[in-house]
Amino acid sequence: MEVWPGRRLRRGPDPAGDLRPPRGRPPTSSGPTSYLSLLEATSDLGDALPVVRLQLDSARGAGRPGRRARPEGAPLFAPSGRRLCSWPCAGRSFLAGTASSRRTVPSGPAEGLPALGCERGRSLRAVVVFGAGDQNLFTSIYPTLSQQLPREPMEWRRSYGRAPKMIHLESNFVQFKEELLPKEGNKALLTFPFLHIYWTECCDTEVYKATVKDDLTKWQNVLKAHSSVDWLIVVVENDAKKKNKTNILPRTSIVDKIRNDFCNKQSDRCVVLSDPLKDSSRTQESWNAFLTKLRTLLLMSFTKNLGKFEDDMRTLREKRTEPGWSFCDYFMVQEELAFVFEMLQQFEDALVQYDELDALFSQYVVNFGAGDGANWLTFFCQPVKSWNGLILRKPIDMEKRGLIQRQEATLLDLRSYLFSRQCTLLLFLQRPWEVAQRALELLHSCVQELKLLEVSVPPGALDCWVFLSCLEVLQRIEGCCDRAQIDSNIAHTVGLWSYATGKLKSLGYLCGLVSEQGPNSEDLNRTVDLLAGLGAERPETANTAQSPYKKLKEALSSVEAFEKHYLDLSHATIEMYTSIGRIRSAKFVGKDLAEFYMRKKSPQKAEIYLQGALKNYLAEGWALPITHTRKQLAECQKHLGQIENYLQTSSVLASDRHLTESEREHFCREVVGVARRQAGSPGHKIVLPMHSFAQLRDLHFTPSNAVVHVGGVLSVEITVCSQMPVPVHVEQIAINVHFSIEKNNYRKTAEWLTKHKTANGIVSFPAESSPFPTSQNSLPALELCEMFERSPSDNSLHTTGIICKNVHMLLRKQESGASLEAPSGAALEAGAHVLKCAAVTLEPGPNTITFRTQAKEPGTYTLRQLCASVGPVWFVLPHIYPLVQYDVYSQEPQLHVEPLADSLLAGIPQKVKFTVTTGHYAVKNGDSLQLSNVEAVLILCHEENRAVIYSNMREKAADAALRVQSSDKVTSISLPAAPAYHVIEFELEVLSLPSAPATGGEGTMLGVTEPRGKPKDTQKAGHCMATTDHQVSIDCPWSIYSTVISLTFSMPFRTTHSLLSSGTRKYVQVCVQNLSELDFQLSDSHLVDTGDSTGLRLIPLNTESEQRIHSKQAVFFVWELKWTQAPPPCLHCRFSVGFSPASEERLSVSLKPYTYEFQVDNFLTLYNVRAEISPPPGTELCKTGSLCSLEVSITRLSDLSEVDKDEALTECDECFSTKLMYEVVDNSSNWAVCGKSSGVISMPVAARATHRVHMEVMPLFAGYLPLPDVRLFKYLPHHSAHSSQLDADSWIENDSLSVDKHVDDQVDSGSVQSRGSVRSVASSDHKGLPMPRLRALPPGQAFNASAGTQVLVVPSQDDHVLEVSVT
Amino acid sequence: MEWFLVTSAAVILFLQNYPLYIRSVPTENELKFHYMVHTSLDVVDEKISAMGKALVDQRELYLGLLYPTEDYKVYGYVTNSKVKFVMVVDSSNTALRDNEIRSMFRKLHNSYTDVMCNPFYNPGDRIQSRAFDGMVTSMMIQVC
Repeated sequence: MEVWPGRRLRRGPDPAGDLRPPRGRPPTSSGPTSYLSLLEATSDLGDALPVVRLQLDSARGAGRPGRRARPEGAPLFAPSGRRLCSWPCAGRSFLAGTASSRRTVPSGPAEGLPALGCERGRSLRAVVVFGAGDQNLFTSIYPTLSQQLPREPMEWRRSYGRAPKMIHLESNFVQFKEELLPKEGNKALLTFPFLHIYWTECCDTEVYKATVKDDLTKWQNVLKAHSSVDWLIVVVENDAKKKNKTNILPRTSIVDKIRNDFCNKQSDRCVVLSDPLKDSSRTQESWNAFLTKLRTLLLMSFTKNLGKFEDDMRTLREKRTEPGWSFCDYFMVQEELAFVFEMLQQFEDALVQYDELDALFSQYVVNFGAGDGANWLTFFCQPVKSWNGLILRKPIDMEKRGLIQRQEATLLDLRSYLFSRQCTLLLFLQRPWEVAQRALELLHSCVQELKLLEVSVPPGALDCWVFLSCLEVLQRIEGCCDRAQIDSNIAHTVGLWSYATGKLKSLGYLCGLVSEQGPNSEDLNRTVDLLAGLGAERPETANTAQSPYKKLKEALSSVEAFEKHYLDLSHATIEMYTSIGRIRSAKFVGKDLAEFYMRKKSPQKAEIYLQGALKNYLAEGWALPITHTRKQLAECQKHLGQIENYLQTSSVLASDRHLTESEREHFCREVVGVARRQAGSPGHKIVLPMHSFAQLRDLHFTPSNAVVHVGGVLSVEITVCSQMPVPVHVEQIAINVHFSIEKNNYRKTAEWLTKHKTANGIVSFPAESSPFPTSQNSLPALELCEMFERSPSDNSLHTTGIICKNVHMLLRKQESGASLEAPSGAALEAGAHVLKCAAVTLEPGPNTITFRTQAKEPGTYTLRQLCASVGPVWFVLPHIYPLVQYDVYSQEPQLHVEPLADSLLAGIPQKVKFTVTTGHYAVKNGDSLQLSNVEAVLILCHEENRAVIYSNMREKAADAALRVQSSDKVTSISLPAAPAYHVIEFELEVLSLPSAPATGGEGTMLGVTEPRGKPKDTQKAGHCMATTDHQVSIDCPWSIYSTVISLTFSMPFRTTHSLLSSGTRKYVQVCVQNLSELDFQLSDSHLVDTGDSTGLRLIPLNTESEQRIHSKQAVFFVWELKWTQAPPPCLHCRFSVGFSPASEERLSVSLKPYTYEFQVDNFLTLYNVRAEISPPPGTELCKTGSLCSLEVSITRLSDLSEVDKDEALTECDECFSTKLMYEVVDNSSNWAVCGKSSGVISMPVAARATHRVHMEVMPLFAGYLPLPDVRLFKYLPHHSAHSSQLDADSWIENDSLSVDKHVDDQVDSGSVQSRGSVRSVASSDHKGLPMPRLRALPPGQAFNASAGTQVLVVPSQDDHVLEVSVT
Repeated sequence: MEWFLVTSAAVILFLQNYPLYIRSVPTENELKFHYMVHTSLDVVDEKISAMGKALVDQRELYLGLLYPTEDYKVYGYVTNSKVKFVMVVDSSNTALRDNEIRSMFRKLHNSYTDVMCNPFYNPGDRIQSRAFDGMVTSMMIQVC
C-alpha cells in the first residue's frame, strides 16, 4: 500500500471557480505530475482518477483548529456524496487516502487577508500520503486519524541552516496503486508519496499466514522496486474481534511476526493501534503513540524528499549555460517547490522561489542586452500582440501558466504570471504595499526590458498594458484592504496612480482624444488596433463595473469619456499627492492637467494649475521649469484675454535668458504690440512691475551731494538696464518724488547740508537677479561690528563679540514667492513732484537717462517710484530702495567774521576773515558793508585786498578786488557782485590799540582797562592773557539791522614792577612777560615819573635799546632812582616800551608802544637791620651744637618824616619814638634760636639811633649757613576804635583775611618778600580779644644789611658723622 | 553598446530646495530632468523627515533610489547640513549598482565640501567652481 503525502490545500471561502482549472484534462501519470495536475485531478470528478479520492467535507474541517468553515453555497470540489463511491471493495486491504484538497490560495479578493490574519502562526500542514491494507479498517479509522494528525505541531528541522519551524501535518491518504508510484527523475513533489502505510486488523495467525503476509510481501516488493523506503505497518487490535475468536494466539504474536518478517532492524516500522474506535484511556494512549510515530516518519520522509528535490533543482539550474536548457522548464520545477512551500504556508519561502526566478530572468535579459543572448530568450522576443495587463484576481493564472509550460509565453506573459504569483504570496504575507511598490518596479522594468530585447511593440500597446496593470494592482489592493488602511498608505500606491494617469494621457494624445477636433481616421484606426490587442474581457472581471478593462475601453471610446476618465484620474492623483505632502509631484501632475485643458481650449481651468506650479518653482528657484511654465501661462492668459497678466508674463519672458533670442523677441513684440493696440483707449493704464522690463542699476546726482538751493538745477542721471532683447521706445520715463518739509530739523539747515552731506553722488542698486528667489539674493549683506565690554570696576575686558546690526533684516520671515509674480500693488503714485524724461529709446543693456529739475521749494525730496510708459503700459518700480533723497534748501544771507588765528593779539595788526554767505540775496555792485568804527580798533586798509567768491559747493567762482574806505566813523567795504547762494570771503587786518594808560593809577597789575575787558581764561591765574572785547557793528546791505560782531583781543604781555633797595639807594625793576606764542622785538623802553617830582631822576641801567622777547619769556628793565631834594613819599611812574612782532620786518603801520603805569610808595629806607653771629668766646669758629651769639642792630637812618606819623609814634620830651617788633626766624631750620626770638623795641625816631639785641642761637648743621632772618614790624597799639568795629565773631571768622588786608596793602605796594611769616605772626596775635597789631614795614623802609651773609660753622669734634648741608 | 550610453544629471540642491548646481548630459532633455528632479524632492523630503523621526543612524547620508521612472532612476543623498544631492541615471544603465552610486555621491560630496571651503564662495550662490565642474564631468564620462 502506498502512502501518499496527503495534501491539504487550504481552501478559503471564495467566489466560484477561480481555482477551477479547465476540465477534461485528466492528469497524466506519465511525466512529472505536478501540483497543477493534482489540482485538476482533485477538482475533476473522481471517476477519472485511478485513485479514489477521499473527499473531506469542509464541515468537518470546521472543527479543527485553524480551519474555517466554508460559507454556505460555496462549492466543493466534488459533491460530498461521492466520497466513497469508488473505493475498490474487492476485499483487498489496500487503502489509499487522498487528502481532501483544501486550497491554500485564497482567491477571493475580499477574503484573502483577513483569513490569513486569523490563521497565522498555526502553520498547519504538511504532506503525507499513504494507504494500503484493510480498506474498511481505514475507512473506519480515517475520520479520527485525519482529525488527530494535524493537532500537534512538529518541529521541522531544515537543511542549509534554515531556521526550524513548527508545522502541523495534514495528510492526503491515497489508496495504493503501483502506477501512482513516481518513477526515476520525478519532478513532481506535490503528489509524491511520502509514506506508505499498510493497515491490517489481522489477529489470526492463520489469516496472517494465508493472506496478509503475502500481501505485505508483495507490497514491500513494489516499494523496493521503486526504492521507496518510507513505510509503516499498522496493526489495529480490536477487543471485540478477539472475543469472537477463541483460539487466537496472543496478540503480540502477530505483531512480532510482522516485525520478524518485515522489520528487520526497523522494529519501529510496525505499530499497534488498540481499539481505535473506543473511548478508553488505553485507546487514547495507543492513538498518541501511533500519531507521534506517524508524524515523525512523515516529517522525516518529507524532509528527505524535499531536500532531494531542491538538490535536483539546483543541479538543473547549474546547467543553464548548456545549449538545450530552457528557462520555462526550469521555471516549472522551481515553481513546484514554491507550490510546496505555499501549501505548507511557508509563503516567505514560496516567494523566495519566485523572486529567484524573477532575478534569473532579469539577469538573462540584461545579459542579452549586453550581447550575451541565450537561445531560449528569443521565445520571449516575439512581437507583442496582446496587452491585456496583469491578472491578479486568480491565485494561479492557468492560462498564462500553460503558455509558459508550452514555451509559448511572451515576455509580458511571463512577467504577468510571475508577478501575479508574487502578488498572491505577498498578499498572504499581508504586505499589500509591497505589491504596489513591486508593481511599479515591474512595470518600469518591463518597459525597459522590451526596449532592451528590441521587441516590436505597437505604439500605445505598452501604455495600455501599463494602464491596465496599474489599475489592476490598485483594485487588487483595494480589494483586500479597508479604506483606512488605504488612506494611510497612499504613499505606496500614489506612484501607480500617477503612472496610470500619465499613460492614459499619452494614450489620449496618441489616439487624438485630446485635440480639439477629436480623433481623425488615422487616430481611430490606431484606437481600434489598440482595443483589439486587449482581447476580450476576462471572465472574472466581466461583471465588475469598474474593471480596468472596461475603463480603458470606455476611455478610448470617445473624447468625452476620455476626458472624464482622465480628469478623474488626475484629480485623484493630485489629491493623493497633496494629502501626503508631495506638493511638487502634485503640481507636476497639475501641469499636465493644465496642458490638457489648454488643448481642450479651456484656459480658465488651466490657469490655476499653471499658477500653482509656477509659484512652487519660483519659490524654489528652478529656472528652466519657471520659464517653461511661464510660457504656458502666457499662452493661457492670452487665450483668457487677461491682457494685464499676459503683458506681465510676456515682459518677464522677454527678459528671460533661458529662452532663445527669437522667443524673447516674440514676447517683447507682444508687449509693445499690445501696448500700441491699446493706445486707442486713453486713460486706461496697465501697470506692470518694472523689474522684468528694466532694472535700475545706479543713480547719480549732480551736484553730487544731492543738495541744491532753491532755484538751483539738479540733475539725476540713472542707469537703467533694459532686459528687453530689442530696443524699446518708451514715451516717458518718470520718477515720482515725495516731498516733505522737515522744519526745525537741524540736519536740514543749509549749513549742515552743504557741509555734512557728503556723498560721491552715486547710489547703486543691488542687481536683482530676476528669476531667482528673492530671499537668497536680496538679503542685505551682514553688517557686523565688534563689541567690547569692559568691567566698570577695573576696566578689564570681560566680554567681546560680534554684533550683527541688521539682524532684523536677515532674520525676517521670508515671504512666500507670491509677491514675486503678483502685480504687487504696483499702483502708480500720483504725486505733484515728478521728474520726467520723454521719448527715450531703451537699448538692450544699460541706458543712461538724465532728468533735470529746478529746485523750487525747500525741503526733502524722496525718489519713490520709477515708471516707464509704453503706450498705456506702465512699468513701475514701486519702491526705489535703498532710499534716495535730495534736499533743497533756502538760506538767509549771513555775515561771519572770525579771526584767522586762535585769538587776536592786541597791539599788532591781526587778520580777520569776513565770510558773506549770500543766501538768496544776490550781491550787486555797490553793495557794501558799513563798519562803525570803534576807537580802539583800526581797520587797516590795504590796496591789495581781494575777495574770493565761492559757490555754495565751495567751488571757487571768482576773485575780485575789494575796496575799503575809511572815514572817521565808518569803514565801508564795497563787496564785489556775487550771485545768490554764493560765499564771498575776504580778509582784513585789524589793529587793536594797546589800552590807554589808566589815569587813576589804580591799575597796578596790568595795563588793561579792567571795566571793559574781562579775563576770559581763568584756568591758570597769572599766566593767561588779559583780553578785551570790542564790539563792531556792521550794516549789511540785505538787512536794515546791524550785525554786531564781537572781536576779542588779547594783550600779549604782562608787566610787574618791584622796588629794589641797596642801603639807601633805590632801584625800580619792571618785568615784562610775553604770554603769547609770538616773539616780539622790544625797543625804546622808557620809565618816566609822571608826578614830575623835581630833583628826581630815573637813570636807566639797561644797556640795550632793542631786545627780543621770546614767547613765554620775560625781560627785566631796571632804573635807579636818584633824587636831589627830598623825594616824595609816593612815586608815579609810567613804563612804556615799543614792540613789534619779531617775525615781520616791516609793518605798514606805526605801532603804539606798550605802556604800564604804576606807583611806588614809601621807598625811602628808614631802618637798617644788621645781624651778626659771633662764635662763642674763645673759639674762632662756630661749632654745631654750641651756642653762638647773634647780635642784631637796628639803626634808624633818617629823622622823623611823614611816613612815621602813625599810631605807633609816641612823643616824649620832644623825642619821638616808635615801637617796632623784631623777630628772628630761621625758615631753613639751620639755627635753633634759644630764648626769646622776638621782642618789641621802642625805637627813637632820629637818625643814627641804634638798637641792639642779643640772642643765643645754635647752629644745627655744619657749613656755611645763612643767617637767620630778622624781620621788623611796626607794632601798633591796640586801637579801641578799630576793634569796636569788629566784634569777636568776625575776628574769628575773618581771621587771617582781615589781617591780611592790612598786611597785604603794604606788601603789594612793591614788596616781593615772602609774607608767610608775617601772616603767621599776625594771625597768632589775633587770637583772643583785641590785641596790638603788627604791620610789616614796607620793603623799601627796612634794609637788611646782612642779607646774604653766611657764617662758617664747623662740626663739633666729637661728631662721628659729618653732615654737610648745602643750601 | 547602445545601452551603455547613459544619460545622467547631477544636481545639487540647497537646504531650501534652491538648485545650486545642475548639470545634465545630454542637454536637450534638460527641462525634463529639471522637472523630474524637482518632483523627486518630494521623496527626498519624505525620507529626510522619516529619518528625523526614526532617528536612524544619521551617518547614512545616502537615501537610495528615490524615484524610479520608466526611463530614469533618481538617487538621493543628503548631507548632515541638509544639502541634497540628486543624481539621475538612465534606467537602462544596469552597470550602475547601488555601491557605485553611493561612491559617486561620496565623491560629489567631497568636491562640494571643497567648494564650500572656498572663502570667496558665498553659501547659497550657484556653484561655478571649475574644479567641481571638472569632477562632475569626469564622473559623467565614467558613467556614460
